[in-house]
Amino acid sequence: MRKLLIIPAYNEAQNIDRVLDDINEHLQGFDILLIDDGSTDSTRELAIKRGVDVISLPFNLGIGAAVQTGYIYAQREGYDLAVQFDGDGQHRADQVDRLLEPLLRDEADMVLGSRFLGENEYQSGLTRMVGIKILSSVISMLIGQKITDPTSGCRATNRRVIEFFSHLYPDDYPEPEALVLLHKAGFRITEVPVLMRQRHMGRSTITAPRAVYYMIKVLLAIFIDMLKKVPS
Amino acid sequence: MDMMSILAIFVSMSILLSVIELIRRNRLKEKYSLLWLFSTLVMLWFSFSRESLHVVSKMFGIKYPPSFIFLLGFLFMIVINIHITSVISELSDKNKTLAQEIALLKKALAEMKDKRE
Repeated sequence: MRKLLIIPAYNEAQNIDRVLDDINEHLQGFDILLIDDGSTDSTRELAIKRGVDVISLPFNLGIGAAVQTGYIYAQREGYDLAVQFDGDGQHRADQVDRLLEPLLRDEADMVLGSRFLGENEYQSGLTRMVGIKILSSVISMLIGQKITDPTSGCRATNRRVIEFFSHLYPDDYPEPEALVLLHKAGFRITEVPVLMRQRHMGRSTITAPRAVYYMIKVLLAIFIDMLKKVPS
Repeated sequence: MDMMSILAIFVSMSILLSVIELIRRNRLKEKYSLLWLFSTLVMLWFSFSRESLHVVSKMFGIKYPPSFIFLLGFLFMIVINIHITSVISELSDKNKTLAQEIALLKKALAEMKDKRE
């Protein structure tokens, strides 16, 4: 069984060493692929120095297209499983195995790592929490299944979803949108609890008006996704 | 023919000629110019023929015929804009695919070079 870890990274030179250390220490059996999304710092060089496979996009395409590049690679190289793992140090390598279990038992096609399931006590700002609450209730309603953490980028997919994502992956708000598209195409989604770290380098400067604006855009994108024709 | 008609003919004529000139110089692809040609020809027709403008306006219950021209121009603008944004969407999709393919090829190429050395 061949497994690929896809790490999208955009200007993560400060974090990349720590992320790769964490992976080396806690994760076995994966090929590591870093997608450098047109970084302007030394992200790419640092990753190459560590002996990781790197795909460098010629310019910044955004998280959706970067992750999709990883799925295209996984599809062409014949990987059986793919895991998305953020390059900013938020995800924990020792949690990845939890994602794999439902896939290996063939109980799901995609497994979503949730910060809010189980014994987790993930701390987050109030606006962000309210936003995630609204988003998760809307998505849960649309796909008829409880989703607690729709913006989590910590997810594992089987071969069938790798094929699907290599052809169709949302650009704008890929995490919540991908859930809707997968549901429409008839794939099975499961959530498992995972632990995440609080963000190291503060980039989370989401102010209330921006959060509201973001919510409106995401909801709009999701409703449009519901109308889209999806190959299944 | 009053001043207003002459002005209207002049304006539609110049738009039509600029579109044709752009196509002739390969600065505008035919498939993107069809909407422009169609809409300027319609405007030109109504500028020439006051009677048809009045007839059509009456049909729609429009009291002031020139406002029908405004309505038409506005609708053409909306259609052309939707067309343009759809063309841009298609282009940006292709652009994304190209960038992804280039990145994948660069990796495959680097691996081939490594193997040879």
